[in-house]
Amino acid sequence: MKWFAPPAAIAFIVAVALLEGAARGGLMPATVFPAPSAIAAGFGDIARNGELVGPALITFGEALAATLIGAVIGIPAGIALARSPSFGRAYESWLGGLFAAPIVLLYPLFLVVFHRSSATIIIMGAITAVLPIIIQTRTGMLLVPHVLNAVGRSFNATPRQAFWLIAFPAAVPAIVTGIRLALIYSLVNTIGLEFLIDFGGLGRVISDLYAQYDIPQMYAGIVTIVVLSLVLLWLLDRAERRLRPA
Amino acid sequence: MNDRRRVFAIQATTIVAVLAAYEALARSHLLYAGVVPPLWDIAVAFAGVLADPATYTNLAVSLAEIAVGFVVATVAGILVGIVVGARPWLREAVGPYLDGIATAPKIVFFPIAILLFGVGPASKAALGALSAFFPVALTVAAAVRRVNPVFVNVGRSFNASRGQMIVKVYLPALVPAIVNGMRLGLGLAIIGVLLGEIKLSDRGIGFLTIDEYNHFRIPQMYATLILIFILAVGANVLIGRLETRERARRAK
Repeated sequence: MKWFAPPAAIAFIVAVALLEGAARGGLMPATVFPAPSAIAAGFGDIARNGELVGPALITFGEALAATLIGAVIGIPAGIALARSPSFGRAYESWLGGLFAAPIVLLYPLFLVVFHRSSATIIIMGAITAVLPIIIQTRTGMLLVPHVLNAVGRSFNATPRQAFWLIAFPAAVPAIVTGIRLALIYSLVNTIGLEFLIDFGGLGRVISDLYAQYDIPQMYAGIVTIVVLSLVLLWLLDRAERRLRPA
Repeated sequence: MNDRRRVFAIQATTIVAVLAAYEALARSHLLYAGVVPPLWDIAVAFAGVLADPATYTNLAVSLAEIAVGFVVATVAGILVGIVVGARPWLREAVGPYLDGIATAPKIVFFPIAILLFGVGPASKAALGALSAFFPVALTVAAAVRRVNPVFVNVGRSFNASRGQMIVKVYLPALVPAIVNGMRLGLGLAIIGVLLGEIKLSDRGIGFLTIDEYNHFRIPQMYATLILIFILAVGANVLIGRLETRERARRAK
Protein backbone atom coordinates (compact mmCIF):
# COMPACT_ATOMS: atom_id res chain seq x y z
CA MET A 1 0.00 0.00 0.00
CA LYS A 2 1.41 3.36 -0.95
CA TRP A 3 -0.16 5.89 1.33
CA PHE A 4 -0.31 9.58 0.55
CA ALA A 5 1.74 9.02 -2.58
CA PRO A 6 1.66 11.93 -5.06
CA PRO A 7 -1.28 10.52 -7.10
CA ALA A 8 -3.43 10.25 -3.97
CA ALA A 9 -2.53 13.81 -2.93
CA ILE A 10 -3.28 15.11 -6.44
CA ALA A 11 -6.60 13.24 -6.48
CA PHE A 12 -7.50 14.87 -3.17
CA ILE A 13 -6.68 18.38 -4.40
CA VAL A 14 -8.54 17.83 -7.68
CA ALA A 15 -11.59 16.45 -5.87
CA VAL A 16 -11.66 19.35 -3.41
CA ALA A 17 -11.28 21.91 -6.23
CA LEU A 18 -14.07 20.29 -8.29
CA LEU A 19 -16.43 20.12 -5.30
CA GLU A 20 -15.66 23.72 -4.34
CA GLY A 21 -16.30 24.85 -7.91
CA ALA A 22 -19.54 22.87 -8.14
CA ALA A 23 -20.74 24.27 -4.81
CA ARG A 24 -19.89 27.88 -5.72
CA GLY A 25 -21.38 27.45 -9.19
CA GLY A 26 -24.64 26.38 -7.57
CA LEU A 27 -24.47 22.87 -9.04
CA MET A 28 -24.92 21.26 -5.61
CA PRO A 29 -27.49 22.34 -3.02
CA ALA A 30 -25.52 23.60 -0.01
CA THR A 31 -28.04 22.01 2.34
CA VAL A 32 -27.03 18.56 1.10
CA PHE A 33 -23.44 18.98 -0.11
CA PRO A 34 -21.71 21.93 1.55
CA ALA A 35 -18.60 23.36 -0.15
CA PRO A 36 -15.23 22.04 1.09
CA SER A 37 -14.44 25.54 2.41
CA ALA A 38 -17.64 25.44 4.49
CA ILE A 39 -16.69 21.99 5.79
CA ALA A 40 -13.23 23.33 6.70
CA ALA A 41 -14.91 26.15 8.63
CA GLY A 42 -17.18 23.58 10.28
CA PHE A 43 -14.07 21.70 11.29
CA GLY A 44 -12.82 24.79 13.11
CA ASP A 45 -16.21 25.19 14.78
CA ILE A 46 -16.42 21.69 16.18
CA ALA A 47 -12.77 21.88 17.30
CA ARG A 48 -13.52 25.11 19.19
CA ASN A 49 -16.66 23.63 20.74
CA GLY A 50 -14.62 20.74 22.13
CA GLU A 51 -16.46 18.26 19.92
CA LEU A 52 -13.34 16.92 18.21
CA VAL A 53 -10.40 15.89 20.39
CA GLY A 54 -12.38 14.92 23.49
CA PRO A 55 -14.91 12.74 21.65
CA ALA A 56 -12.14 11.17 19.55
CA LEU A 57 -10.35 10.19 22.76
CA ILE A 58 -13.58 8.73 24.20
CA THR A 59 -14.15 6.72 21.01
CA PHE A 60 -10.60 5.38 20.91
CA GLY A 61 -10.69 4.66 24.63
CA GLU A 62 -13.85 2.60 24.27
CA ALA A 63 -12.48 0.75 21.24
CA LEU A 64 -9.20 0.05 23.04
CA ALA A 65 -11.01 -1.18 26.16
CA ALA A 66 -13.15 -3.47 23.99
CA THR A 67 -10.08 -4.82 22.18
CA LEU A 68 -8.27 -5.36 25.47
CA ILE A 69 -11.21 -7.35 26.89
CA GLY A 70 -11.32 -9.25 23.61
CA ALA A 71 -7.61 -10.08 23.87
CA VAL A 72 -7.75 -11.09 27.54
CA ILE A 73 -10.57 -13.53 26.80
CA GLY A 74 -9.73 -14.40 23.20
CA ILE A 75 -6.03 -15.33 23.41
CA PRO A 76 -6.44 -17.94 26.20
CA ALA A 77 -9.62 -19.21 24.51
CA GLY A 78 -7.82 -19.56 21.18
CA ILE A 79 -4.93 -21.40 22.83
CA ALA A 80 -7.34 -23.73 24.63
CA LEU A 81 -9.20 -24.47 21.41
CA ALA A 82 -5.94 -25.20 19.62
CA ARG A 83 -4.91 -27.66 22.33
CA SER A 84 -8.18 -29.55 22.41
CA PRO A 85 -8.95 -30.82 18.89
CA SER A 86 -12.53 -31.90 19.68
CA PHE A 87 -13.51 -28.59 21.23
CA GLY A 88 -11.68 -26.77 18.47
CA ARG A 89 -13.61 -28.61 15.79
CA ALA A 90 -16.88 -28.29 17.69
CA TYR A 91 -16.64 -24.49 17.88
CA GLU A 92 -14.77 -23.78 14.65
CA SER A 93 -17.81 -23.38 12.39
CA TRP A 94 -19.72 -21.53 15.11
CA LEU A 95 -16.94 -18.96 15.45
CA GLY A 96 -16.85 -18.45 11.70
CA GLY A 97 -20.64 -18.13 11.59
CA LEU A 98 -20.72 -15.64 14.46
CA PHE A 99 -17.92 -13.67 12.85
CA ALA A 100 -20.07 -13.26 9.72
CA ALA A 101 -23.31 -12.66 11.66
CA PRO A 102 -24.72 -9.15 12.15
CA ILE A 103 -23.82 -9.06 15.86
CA VAL A 104 -24.18 -5.28 16.07
CA LEU A 105 -27.94 -5.73 15.62
CA LEU A 106 -28.07 -7.36 19.05
CA TYR A 107 -27.27 -4.08 20.77
CA PRO A 108 -30.87 -3.53 22.01
CA LEU A 109 -30.39 -6.63 24.21
CA PHE A 110 -27.55 -4.89 26.04
CA LEU A 111 -29.33 -1.57 25.96
CA VAL A 112 -32.10 -3.11 28.06
CA VAL A 113 -29.60 -4.18 30.72
CA PHE A 114 -26.96 -1.45 30.64
CA HIS A 115 -28.98 1.43 29.14
CA ARG A 116 -27.29 4.16 27.13
CA SER A 117 -23.82 3.92 28.62
CA SER A 118 -20.20 3.17 27.85
CA ALA A 119 -20.82 -0.33 29.22
CA THR A 120 -23.19 -1.15 26.36
CA ILE A 121 -20.72 0.22 23.81
CA ILE A 122 -17.67 -1.54 25.27
CA ILE A 123 -19.45 -4.88 25.68
CA MET A 124 -20.70 -4.83 22.10
CA GLY A 125 -17.20 -3.86 20.96
CA ALA A 126 -15.65 -6.66 23.01
CA ILE A 127 -17.98 -9.23 21.46
CA THR A 128 -16.94 -8.16 17.95
CA ALA A 129 -13.28 -8.00 19.03
CA VAL A 130 -13.05 -11.39 20.70
CA LEU A 131 -14.04 -13.42 17.62
CA PRO A 132 -11.15 -12.54 15.26
CA ILE A 133 -8.70 -12.87 18.18
CA ILE A 134 -9.92 -16.40 19.06
CA ILE A 135 -9.92 -17.47 15.41
CA GLN A 136 -6.45 -16.05 14.65
CA THR A 137 -4.89 -17.29 17.90
CA ARG A 138 -6.18 -20.82 17.29
CA THR A 139 -5.00 -20.80 13.68
CA GLY A 140 -1.59 -19.46 14.72
CA MET A 141 -1.14 -22.13 17.40
CA LEU A 142 -2.22 -24.91 15.03
CA LEU A 143 0.20 -23.79 12.34
CA VAL A 144 3.32 -23.77 14.53
CA PRO A 145 5.92 -25.53 12.33
CA HIS A 146 6.63 -29.13 13.39
CA VAL A 147 10.35 -28.47 13.13
CA LEU A 148 10.12 -26.05 16.03
CA ASN A 149 8.36 -28.60 18.23
CA ALA A 150 10.94 -31.22 17.26
CA VAL A 151 13.77 -28.88 18.24
CA GLY A 152 12.06 -28.33 21.59
CA ARG A 153 11.84 -32.07 22.19
CA SER A 154 15.47 -32.61 21.27
CA PHE A 155 16.41 -30.05 23.92
CA ASN A 156 14.20 -31.89 26.41
CA ALA A 157 11.99 -28.86 26.93
CA THR A 158 9.32 -29.26 29.58
CA PRO A 159 5.73 -28.71 28.30
CA ARG A 160 5.75 -25.31 29.96
CA GLN A 161 9.02 -24.34 28.27
CA ALA A 162 7.80 -25.69 24.94
CA PHE A 163 4.74 -23.49 25.19
CA TRP A 164 6.32 -20.23 26.37
CA LEU A 165 9.57 -20.47 24.42
CA ILE A 166 8.37 -22.10 21.19
CA ALA A 167 4.66 -22.46 20.44
CA PHE A 168 3.40 -19.12 21.76
CA PRO A 169 6.13 -16.94 20.19
CA ALA A 170 5.57 -18.73 16.87
CA ALA A 171 1.87 -17.85 17.04
CA VAL A 172 2.44 -14.16 17.89
CA PRO A 173 2.22 -12.86 14.28
CA ALA A 174 -1.21 -14.50 13.85
CA ILE A 175 -2.34 -13.12 17.22
CA VAL A 176 -1.20 -9.65 16.17
CA THR A 177 -3.29 -9.98 13.00
CA GLY A 178 -6.26 -10.93 15.18
CA ILE A 179 -5.74 -7.91 17.43
CA ARG A 180 -5.43 -5.61 14.40
CA LEU A 181 -8.75 -6.88 13.03
CA ALA A 182 -10.30 -6.64 16.49
CA LEU A 183 -9.25 -3.00 16.87
CA ILE A 184 -10.69 -2.08 13.46
CA TYR A 185 -13.97 -3.91 14.05
CA SER A 186 -14.42 -2.61 17.56
CA LEU A 187 -13.72 0.96 16.40
CA VAL A 188 -16.35 0.67 13.65
CA ASN A 189 -18.74 -0.89 16.13
CA THR A 190 -18.07 1.78 18.75
CA ILE A 191 -18.66 4.72 16.40
CA GLY A 192 -21.77 3.06 14.97
CA LEU A 193 -23.25 2.43 18.41
CA GLU A 194 -22.39 5.92 19.62
CA PHE A 195 -24.31 7.24 16.64
CA LEU A 196 -27.26 4.90 17.23
CA ILE A 197 -27.69 5.48 20.95
CA ASP A 198 -26.56 9.11 21.01
CA PHE A 199 -23.91 8.53 23.60
CA GLY A 200 -20.13 8.82 23.89
CA GLY A 201 -17.62 10.08 21.33
CA LEU A 202 -17.48 10.81 17.62
CA GLY A 203 -20.58 8.83 16.62
CA ARG A 204 -22.63 10.81 19.15
CA VAL A 205 -21.19 14.07 17.74
CA ILE A 206 -22.47 13.20 14.22
CA SER A 207 -25.88 12.31 15.61
CA ASP A 208 -26.06 15.58 17.60
CA LEU A 209 -24.92 17.74 14.70
CA TYR A 210 -27.50 16.15 12.43
CA ALA A 211 -30.20 16.72 15.05
CA GLN A 212 -29.14 20.41 15.15
CA TYR A 213 -29.13 20.36 11.35
CA ASP A 214 -25.62 21.80 11.28
CA ILE A 215 -24.67 20.23 7.97
CA PRO A 216 -21.13 21.66 7.37
CA GLN A 217 -20.08 20.70 10.91
CA MET A 218 -21.66 17.27 10.47
CA TYR A 219 -19.63 16.73 7.29
CA ALA A 220 -16.52 17.85 9.17
CA GLY A 221 -17.26 15.17 11.77
CA ILE A 222 -17.78 12.48 9.11
CA VAL A 223 -14.53 13.49 7.38
CA THR A 224 -12.77 13.25 10.76
CA ILE A 225 -14.02 9.69 11.21
CA VAL A 226 -12.90 8.66 7.71
CA VAL A 227 -9.48 10.27 8.22
CA LEU A 228 -9.05 8.60 11.62
CA SER A 229 -9.96 5.24 10.04
CA LEU A 230 -7.32 5.85 7.37
CA VAL A 231 -4.68 6.81 9.95
CA LEU A 232 -5.49 3.81 12.14
CA LEU A 233 -5.32 1.47 9.14
CA TRP A 234 -1.97 2.94 8.16
CA LEU A 235 -0.53 2.76 11.70
CA LEU A 236 -1.67 -0.85 12.20
CA ASP A 237 -0.30 -1.80 8.79
CA ARG A 238 3.10 -0.38 9.71
CA ALA A 239 3.08 -1.86 13.21
CA GLU A 240 2.25 -5.30 11.86
CA ARG A 241 4.98 -5.09 9.21
CA ARG A 242 7.52 -4.23 11.84
CA LEU A 243 6.46 -7.19 13.97
CA ARG A 244 6.59 -9.55 11.00
CA PRO A 245 9.93 -9.01 9.27
CA ALA A 246 9.33 -11.84 6.79
CA MET B 1 -16.78 -41.56 13.61
CA ASN B 2 -16.11 -41.61 17.32
CA ASP B 3 -14.46 -38.23 16.98
CA ARG B 4 -17.47 -36.87 15.12
CA ARG B 5 -19.77 -38.06 17.87
CA ARG B 6 -17.55 -36.33 20.43
CA VAL B 7 -17.71 -33.05 18.50
CA PHE B 8 -21.48 -33.34 18.29
CA ALA B 9 -21.71 -34.12 22.01
CA ILE B 10 -19.69 -30.99 22.81
CA GLN B 11 -21.90 -28.84 20.59
CA ALA B 12 -25.11 -30.22 22.07
CA THR B 13 -23.79 -29.82 25.63
CA THR B 14 -22.75 -26.25 24.91
CA ILE B 15 -26.16 -25.29 23.57
CA VAL B 16 -27.92 -26.85 26.55
CA ALA B 17 -25.47 -25.22 28.98
CA VAL B 18 -25.87 -21.77 27.42
CA LEU B 19 -29.66 -22.04 27.45
CA ALA B 20 -29.62 -23.31 31.04
CA ALA B 21 -27.31 -20.50 32.15
CA TYR B 22 -29.57 -17.99 30.44
CA GLU B 23 -32.67 -19.46 32.06
CA ALA B 24 -30.95 -19.38 35.46
CA LEU B 25 -30.04 -15.72 34.92
CA ALA B 26 -33.62 -14.95 33.88
CA ARG B 27 -35.06 -16.63 36.98
CA SER B 28 -32.44 -15.34 39.41
CA HIS B 29 -33.85 -11.78 39.28
CA LEU B 30 -30.31 -10.46 39.48
CA LEU B 31 -31.39 -8.11 36.72
CA TYR B 32 -34.67 -6.24 36.59
CA ALA B 33 -37.61 -8.51 35.96
CA GLY B 34 -38.65 -8.39 32.32
CA VAL B 35 -35.22 -7.31 31.10
CA VAL B 36 -34.06 -10.91 30.66
CA PRO B 37 -37.23 -12.88 29.92
CA PRO B 38 -37.33 -16.66 30.50
CA LEU B 39 -36.93 -18.89 27.43
CA TRP B 40 -40.56 -19.95 27.46
CA ASP B 41 -41.71 -16.31 27.22
CA ILE B 42 -39.39 -15.77 24.27
CA ALA B 43 -40.70 -18.91 22.57
CA VAL B 44 -44.30 -17.74 23.03
CA ALA B 45 -43.35 -14.28 21.75
CA PHE B 46 -41.58 -15.87 18.77
CA ALA B 47 -44.75 -17.75 17.83
CA GLY B 48 -46.65 -14.49 18.23
CA VAL B 49 -44.22 -12.61 16.00
CA LEU B 50 -44.49 -15.34 13.35
CA ALA B 51 -48.29 -15.24 13.50
CA ASP B 52 -48.50 -11.45 13.30
CA PRO B 53 -49.14 -10.17 9.75
CA ALA B 54 -47.35 -6.90 10.66
CA THR B 55 -44.10 -8.88 10.86
CA TYR B 56 -44.38 -9.80 7.21
CA THR B 57 -45.31 -6.34 5.92
CA ASN B 58 -42.30 -4.90 7.78
CA LEU B 59 -40.11 -7.76 6.62
CA ALA B 60 -41.14 -7.11 3.02
CA VAL B 61 -40.10 -3.44 3.36
CA SER B 62 -36.69 -4.43 4.74
CA LEU B 63 -36.15 -7.12 2.10
CA ALA B 64 -36.98 -4.65 -0.67
CA GLU B 65 -34.54 -2.09 0.78
CA ILE B 66 -31.82 -4.74 1.11
CA ALA B 67 -32.45 -6.03 -2.43
CA VAL B 68 -32.31 -2.57 -4.03
CA GLY B 69 -29.22 -1.56 -2.04
CA PHE B 70 -27.46 -4.85 -2.74
CA VAL B 71 -28.13 -4.77 -6.49
CA VAL B 72 -27.03 -1.13 -6.82
CA ALA B 73 -23.89 -1.84 -4.77
CA THR B 74 -23.02 -4.94 -6.80
CA VAL B 75 -23.36 -3.24 -10.18
CA ALA B 76 -21.54 -0.08 -9.05
CA GLY B 77 -18.90 -2.11 -7.20
CA ILE B 78 -18.12 -4.27 -10.24
CA LEU B 79 -17.86 -1.25 -12.56
CA VAL B 80 -15.73 0.85 -10.19
CA GLY B 81 -13.62 -2.19 -9.31
CA ILE B 82 -12.82 -2.91 -12.96
CA VAL B 83 -12.22 0.75 -13.88
CA VAL B 84 -9.98 1.45 -10.88
CA GLY B 85 -8.28 -1.94 -10.78
CA ALA B 86 -7.26 -1.90 -14.44
CA ARG B 87 -5.40 1.42 -14.20
CA PRO B 88 -2.34 1.58 -11.94
CA TRP B 89 -2.39 5.39 -11.69
CA LEU B 90 -6.07 5.44 -10.74
CA ARG B 91 -5.45 2.71 -8.18
CA GLU B 92 -2.79 4.86 -6.53
CA ALA B 93 -4.91 8.00 -6.76
CA VAL B 94 -8.14 6.70 -5.20
CA GLY B 95 -7.08 3.40 -3.61
CA PRO B 96 -6.21 4.88 -0.19
CA TYR B 97 -9.56 6.70 -0.05
CA LEU B 98 -11.49 3.58 -0.99
CA ASP B 99 -9.64 1.68 1.75
CA GLY B 100 -10.25 4.47 4.26
CA ILE B 101 -13.99 4.79 3.63
CA ALA B 102 -14.30 0.99 3.45
CA THR B 103 -12.95 0.83 7.01
CA ALA B 104 -15.05 3.67 8.42
CA PRO B 105 -18.48 2.82 9.87
CA LYS B 106 -21.08 3.44 7.13
CA ILE B 107 -23.85 4.30 9.55
CA VAL B 108 -22.37 7.79 10.08
CA PHE B 109 -23.23 8.51 6.43
CA PHE B 110 -26.87 7.88 7.23
CA PRO B 111 -27.65 11.61 7.77
CA ILE B 112 -26.35 12.33 4.26
CA ALA B 113 -28.57 9.54 2.90
CA ILE B 114 -31.54 11.15 4.64
CA LEU B 115 -30.66 14.59 3.25
CA LEU B 116 -30.52 13.07 -0.23
CA PHE B 117 -33.37 10.56 -0.19
CA GLY B 118 -35.63 11.56 2.70
CA VAL B 119 -36.62 9.55 5.76
CA GLY B 120 -38.38 6.78 3.79
CA PRO B 121 -37.12 3.41 2.58
CA ALA B 122 -34.88 4.99 -0.11
CA SER B 123 -32.40 6.30 2.48
CA LYS B 124 -32.11 2.81 4.02
CA ALA B 125 -31.52 1.26 0.61
CA ALA B 126 -28.85 3.92 0.01
CA LEU B 127 -27.11 3.07 3.28
CA GLY B 128 -27.27 -0.63 2.39
CA ALA B 129 -25.80 0.14 -1.03
CA LEU B 130 -22.99 2.21 0.48
CA SER B 131 -22.19 -0.59 2.96
CA ALA B 132 -22.12 -3.35 0.31
CA PHE B 133 -20.32 -1.30 -2.35
CA PHE B 134 -16.83 -1.34 -0.81
CA PRO B 135 -16.25 -5.09 -0.38
CA VAL B 136 -17.45 -5.67 -3.96
CA ALA B 137 -15.35 -2.83 -5.42
CA LEU B 138 -12.21 -3.73 -3.42
CA THR B 139 -12.30 -7.49 -4.14
CA VAL B 140 -12.98 -6.83 -7.83
CA ALA B 141 -10.22 -4.18 -8.04
CA ALA B 142 -7.75 -6.58 -6.42
CA ALA B 143 -8.81 -9.41 -8.75
CA VAL B 144 -8.54 -7.29 -11.91
CA ARG B 145 -4.79 -7.08 -11.31
CA ARG B 146 -4.63 -10.88 -11.40
CA VAL B 147 -6.62 -11.31 -14.62
CA ASN B 148 -4.45 -13.27 -17.04
CA PRO B 149 -2.78 -10.63 -19.26
CA VAL B 150 -3.08 -13.04 -22.20
CA PHE B 151 -6.87 -12.65 -22.10
CA VAL B 152 -6.56 -8.87 -22.02
CA ASN B 153 -4.12 -8.86 -24.95
CA VAL B 154 -6.34 -11.19 -26.99
CA GLY B 155 -9.27 -8.83 -26.41
CA ARG B 156 -7.15 -5.83 -27.41
CA SER B 157 -5.82 -7.57 -30.54
CA PHE B 158 -9.43 -8.16 -31.61
CA ASN B 159 -9.98 -4.41 -31.22
CA ALA B 160 -12.63 -5.01 -28.55
CA SER B 161 -14.45 -1.85 -27.47
CA ARG B 162 -14.37 -0.82 -23.81
CA GLY B 163 -17.82 -2.36 -23.22
CA GLN B 164 -16.79 -5.57 -24.99
CA MET B 165 -13.61 -5.76 -22.92
CA ILE B 166 -15.66 -5.56 -19.72
CA VAL B 167 -18.37 -8.04 -20.75
CA LYS B 168 -16.27 -10.55 -22.72
CA VAL B 169 -12.86 -10.40 -21.01
CA TYR B 170 -13.02 -9.01 -17.48
CA LEU B 171 -16.41 -10.17 -16.18
CA PRO B 172 -15.95 -13.91 -16.92
CA ALA B 173 -12.48 -13.88 -15.33
CA LEU B 174 -13.75 -12.00 -12.28
CA VAL B 175 -16.74 -14.17 -11.36
CA PRO B 176 -15.11 -15.76 -8.26
CA ALA B 177 -14.02 -12.37 -6.93
CA ILE B 178 -17.45 -10.88 -7.62
CA VAL B 179 -19.24 -13.70 -5.81
CA ASN B 180 -16.84 -13.36 -2.88
CA GLY B 181 -17.37 -9.60 -2.72
CA MET B 182 -21.13 -10.12 -2.93
CA ARG B 183 -21.04 -12.54 0.01
CA LEU B 184 -19.20 -9.98 2.15
CA GLY B 185 -21.41 -7.19 0.82
CA LEU B 186 -24.72 -8.90 1.49
CA GLY B 187 -24.02 -9.15 5.22
CA LEU B 188 -23.06 -5.47 5.32
CA ALA B 189 -26.11 -4.43 3.27
CA ILE B 190 -28.36 -6.23 5.77
CA ILE B 191 -26.63 -4.48 8.69
CA GLY B 192 -26.70 -1.08 6.95
CA VAL B 193 -30.41 -1.27 6.13
CA LEU B 194 -31.47 -2.55 9.56
CA LEU B 195 -29.35 -0.04 11.49
CA GLY B 196 -30.81 2.74 9.35
CA GLU B 197 -34.30 1.49 10.20
CA ILE B 198 -33.42 1.31 13.87
CA LYS B 199 -32.08 4.88 13.89
CA LEU B 200 -34.86 6.61 12.01
CA SER B 201 -37.86 5.10 10.25
CA ASP B 202 -41.48 4.12 10.68
CA ARG B 203 -41.44 0.70 9.03
CA GLY B 204 -39.21 -2.31 8.44
CA ILE B 205 -38.06 -5.16 10.66
CA GLY B 206 -35.35 -2.97 12.23
CA PHE B 207 -37.97 -0.38 13.15
CA LEU B 208 -40.09 -3.19 14.64
CA THR B 209 -37.19 -4.16 16.93
CA ILE B 210 -36.58 -0.68 18.30
CA ASP B 211 -40.34 -0.04 18.54
CA GLU B 212 -40.64 -3.11 20.76
CA TYR B 213 -37.69 -1.84 22.81
CA ASN B 214 -39.29 1.58 23.21
CA HIS B 215 -42.55 -0.01 24.38
CA PHE B 216 -40.66 -2.41 26.63
CA ARG B 217 -42.07 -5.48 24.88
CA ILE B 218 -38.83 -7.28 25.62
CA PRO B 219 -39.77 -10.92 24.79
CA GLN B 220 -41.12 -9.70 21.42
CA MET B 221 -37.88 -7.79 20.86
CA TYR B 222 -35.83 -10.94 21.55
CA ALA B 223 -38.09 -12.88 19.19
CA THR B 224 -37.73 -10.32 16.40
CA LEU B 225 -33.95 -10.26 16.83
CA ILE B 226 -33.87 -14.07 16.65
CA LEU B 227 -35.91 -13.94 13.44
CA ILE B 228 -33.51 -11.34 11.96
CA PHE B 229 -30.52 -13.50 12.92
CA ILE B 230 -32.02 -16.63 11.38
CA LEU B 231 -32.69 -14.76 8.13
CA ALA B 232 -29.26 -13.10 8.05
CA VAL B 233 -27.38 -16.32 8.76
CA GLY B 234 -29.60 -18.13 6.23
CA ALA B 235 -28.77 -15.55 3.55
CA ASN B 236 -25.08 -15.95 4.32
CA VAL B 237 -25.29 -19.75 4.07
CA LEU B 238 -27.15 -19.50 0.75
CA ILE B 239 -24.63 -17.19 -0.86
CA GLY B 240 -21.80 -19.30 0.61
CA ARG B 241 -23.31 -22.35 -1.15
CA LEU B 242 -23.40 -20.37 -4.37
CA GLU B 243 -19.70 -19.61 -3.93
CA THR B 244 -18.80 -23.26 -3.29
CA ARG B 245 -20.80 -24.39 -6.32
CA GLU B 246 -19.15 -21.76 -8.49
CA ARG B 247 -15.73 -22.90 -7.31
CA ALA B 248 -16.59 -26.55 -7.97
CA ARG B 249 -17.82 -25.66 -11.45
CA ARG B 250 -14.54 -23.90 -12.21
CA ALA B 251 -12.43 -26.70 -10.84
CA LYS B 252 -13.91 -29.09 -13.40
